[in-house]
Amino acid sequence: MSNAKVNQIKDLSEYKGVCIVAQHQDSKNLPISFELIHEGMKLAKKREARLTVLILGYKIDDAVNEIAHYGADEVIYFENELLKDYSTDLYTKTVSDYLKKNKFEIVIFGASSIGRDFAPRVAARIGTGLVADCTKLDIHEEDGRFLQTRPAFGGNLMATIVCPNDRPQMATVRPGVMETATRLEEKSVVTLIKPDIALGDIIAKTLEIIYDKSKHVSLADADIIVSGGRGMKNKEGFELLEELAEVIGGTVGASRVAVDEGWIDHSRQVGQTGQTVRPIVYIACGISGAIQHMVGISDSDFIIAINKNPTAPIMERANLAVEGDLFKVIPELIKEIKEHKGMA
Amino acid sequence: MNIIVCVKQVPNTNDVRINHDTGTLIRDGVDSIINPDDLNALEEALQIKDSRDDVKVTVLSMGPPQAKNALMESLAMGADKAILVSDRAFAGSDTWATATVLASAIKKIGDYDIIFCGRQAIDGDTAQVGPEIAEFLDLPQITYVMDLEIQKDKVVATRSFESGTMVIESRMPVLLSAIKELNHPRFMDIRRIYEAHENEEMFEMWSAKDIEVDLTQIGVKNSPTKVYKTFVPTREFSGKKLTGTPKELANKCFNEILHLNIV
Amino acid sequence: MNFDLTNEQIMVTKAARRFAEEVCEPIAAEIDKEHRFPRETFELLSKYGFVGTGFPKEYGGTGNDKIAQLIVVEEIAKACMATSSILSIHQGMVNCLLKFGNEKQRDEYIRPLLCDGVVGAFALTEDNAGSDASNIHTTAVLEGDDYIINGTKRFITGAGQAGLYIVLAYTEPKLKTRGITAFIVDPKTEGFSVGKIEDKMGICASHTGELVFEDVRVPKENMLGKYNQGFKVALASIDDARVLTVGAQCLGVAESALDLAVEYAKSRVQFGKPVVLKQGIQWYIAEMATKIEATKWMTYYAAQMIQDGKRVTKQCAMVKLYASETAREVVERALQIHGGYGYMKDYAIERMYRDIKIAELYEGTNEIQKLVISREVIGKV
Repeated sequence: MSNAKVNQIKDLSEYKGVCIVAQHQDSKNLPISFELIHEGMKLAKKREARLTVLILGYKIDDAVNEIAHYGADEVIYFENELLKDYSTDLYTKTVSDYLKKNKFEIVIFGASSIGRDFAPRVAARIGTGLVADCTKLDIHEEDGRFLQTRPAFGGNLMATIVCPNDRPQMATVRPGVMETATRLEEKSVVTLIKPDIALGDIIAKTLEIIYDKSKHVSLADADIIVSGGRGMKNKEGFELLEELAEVIGGTVGASRVAVDEGWIDHSRQVGQTGQTVRPIVYIACGISGAIQHMVGISDSDFIIAINKNPTAPIMERANLAVEGDLFKVIPELIKEIKEHKGMA
Repeated sequence: MNIIVCVKQVPNTNDVRINHDTGTLIRDGVDSIINPDDLNALEEALQIKDSRDDVKVTVLSMGPPQAKNALMESLAMGADKAILVSDRAFAGSDTWATATVLASAIKKIGDYDIIFCGRQAIDGDTAQVGPEIAEFLDLPQITYVMDLEIQKDKVVATRSFESGTMVIESRMPVLLSAIKELNHPRFMDIRRIYEAHENEEMFEMWSAKDIEVDLTQIGVKNSPTKVYKTFVPTREFSGKKLTGTPKELANKCFNEILHLNIV
Repeated sequence: MNFDLTNEQIMVTKAARRFAEEVCEPIAAEIDKEHRFPRETFELLSKYGFVGTGFPKEYGGTGNDKIAQLIVVEEIAKACMATSSILSIHQGMVNCLLKFGNEKQRDEYIRPLLCDGVVGAFALTEDNAGSDASNIHTTAVLEGDDYIINGTKRFITGAGQAGLYIVLAYTEPKLKTRGITAFIVDPKTEGFSVGKIEDKMGICASHTGELVFEDVRVPKENMLGKYNQGFKVALASIDDARVLTVGAQCLGVAESALDLAVEYAKSRVQFGKPVVLKQGIQWYIAEMATKIEATKWMTYYAAQMIQDGKRVTKQCAMVKLYASETAREVVERALQIHGGYGYMKDYAIERMYRDIKIAELYEGTNEIQKLVISREVIGKV
């Protein structure tokens, strides 16, 4: 059994600095890495400390050099052929070994499925607390503690968590929520480390990675739904919604009218004779808001209606009623989102 | 073959409402259910049991005495044995403390080939307990399992991630965490509901004394993470109406979306 | 007086509710429209022990728990009355076998009916024999070691779907009700055929049809109960059926109709407000809820009495009478609350309106129930 224990540290002040664990795929840095750097820099500034970026891989010099342009004090590149693809055992060992020798005050990972796979193992191995899926990070004004805010109870409640007695204070950060760092001319110091790992360290072995672009979330589980009705006019109208859905990270739905007209598949239908949904946000485009449709979306946390007609029933029931031509507003909205995500 | 399935009894967060005045949850009238991902883990264990002669499925849970309900349901679904680890000393445990308790309980159970967890609980939403148990027991892990094959002396799992899937194999013993896509949980067998109540040996309750657990690592006092404060996310009905040029509308609309913390 | 459900009954409720929501509800409209017998559903009900709820463990049941049996039918009925009819009428037939079958018959027939998805049906009614059961014309004549059955049965639930039938026929017509004998008939027997399946107003997925017997040869061993005891066989299981079939399903349908009406009234906004705020609607809802409450306790009480082996003829007739009338009234009022939408097939209440009428007609018309009750109350004159 692991020997790590919590509540053991005598002198917390020995732990200084902020560390972020970057993620890449296909030799390209993933957006979460830049979001982590943005947050890391904010936290490092408040603690008057250094920001270190950890990146693990093999022959990813381009990605390493690129990430070095985002303002960190140091980028540590762990290079080994065995690190080419993600492995729980190797990533846990590499990061844990490094963190045991380098006493950081704060370490943050992305809360991707990979981050959430090995961050808890690192935390358990080195003996500290971990807060999952944070949507807001901050430093306490007075005592300098790391304030980690995250949703609980399925999003019904927000909790701010602290890790008072253990270091490093660790968190995984929800992708797509934080702001993204800006690219700078200057380049950080890049340090190459050959981690002490061997083939025998791998027990859960990845045999194959299969990339699948067409993965989509079912309507019933979707947090974000972009839905179209009569106002979409035709199949092409729904292509615009697909674009918005992709950029915002959502799923496309439809009212009965759109399905009956053949503009979209029946599996996308929301309402009395379709599916009942309970997203965090439901964006109803060109949907009038007949009761049969409203019944299917009444459990949405936030309804946005985009409609040319200010007297359409849905405009009274929406949390946000946007009176405008959806064919003009949606492209602008897509632009705004892309800019925000640094995807221009 | 011995499979231990870790389950948690949780409030049905779909039905949970917020008291906007106090900023706390209203739990009255909210059903307690077995955490959905845990049901998938249990179902997979039961399917493995259906396919072979030699499988014993033990369900384990840490919780208050009422969590017995979740375990009785697991027995009714087909598990052979259920163990509830319950003690005042465990109250307020964070994931570290919970994983510590469960790992100790698993050590007491003894033999196992697979520890099966659900990916995450719908109240805590952390997905940390499974991997932490694996670390404490020095086991390999495969998380986000959406397909599983048991071979002679190893498991081969299909693991879901954002851009697709990974096929991962591991020797046993191993810890696996299940996601919804893995299977469709079966119904309780009505006859087993009665069996579980009549056969006292199917359910056991253990306290902290019964498992050799390090008391300095459990409970609210020793949990490394602590709740500083809770608050209700502001999503009240604003009933806002926007007019303007498309660009203005898009900009204002986007700002509203930002506040929802999902983009 | 303990009104609490046992732990087991609470779990049964949960299991049945989930089954109803996941298996029955999604296909309820479709099987009604297509008049399709939901065989897959029945097989799942058998597999998971729902069919065996309340029946002896030695035949694959759960053990005696009539409340649990009632709960299962009630929960299924909330989603689909047709499926609840299929289930509970089948259970009524098994109950009959249990009460009157000899050891050999029980050993051979009951387990497949409870666990293996074999449907059972009970054939008494004929063209000219509804309330007046003694007016049947099907005969069973002894020939060597067999009985030869001739006749036609009508309005038999499970016709064409059943793997086993209990058939009532005259062995000695001159003795009227004391000359009827019950027989266990395998549908594969030569001479047996299924005639017309009725096109009904409601519970269309439950097949109700004609059985034709043309010199159907049934071995003596297939006699159920004693010679000329058939009428007793029929009557003995009818009490249970009135509660555990009709009582239970009417309760479920009424509860569901009330829920639908309240939900609709909350979301239907007219004249700027949800219609649920109108006092008229609130009064309707209060009346419906109160009637359902009375039905509930009456039905559960009768089920407990059956469980305890008490003589319950009066109570069962009362439950059947009251539950069926109440459910029909509640469903009607619920549809009214839906306004025009309630008339549309998109809304489940439309199907419930068509389904519920049968409750006042089958398992003994409500007029017969009143006859039974008055006899019990008035006594000998």
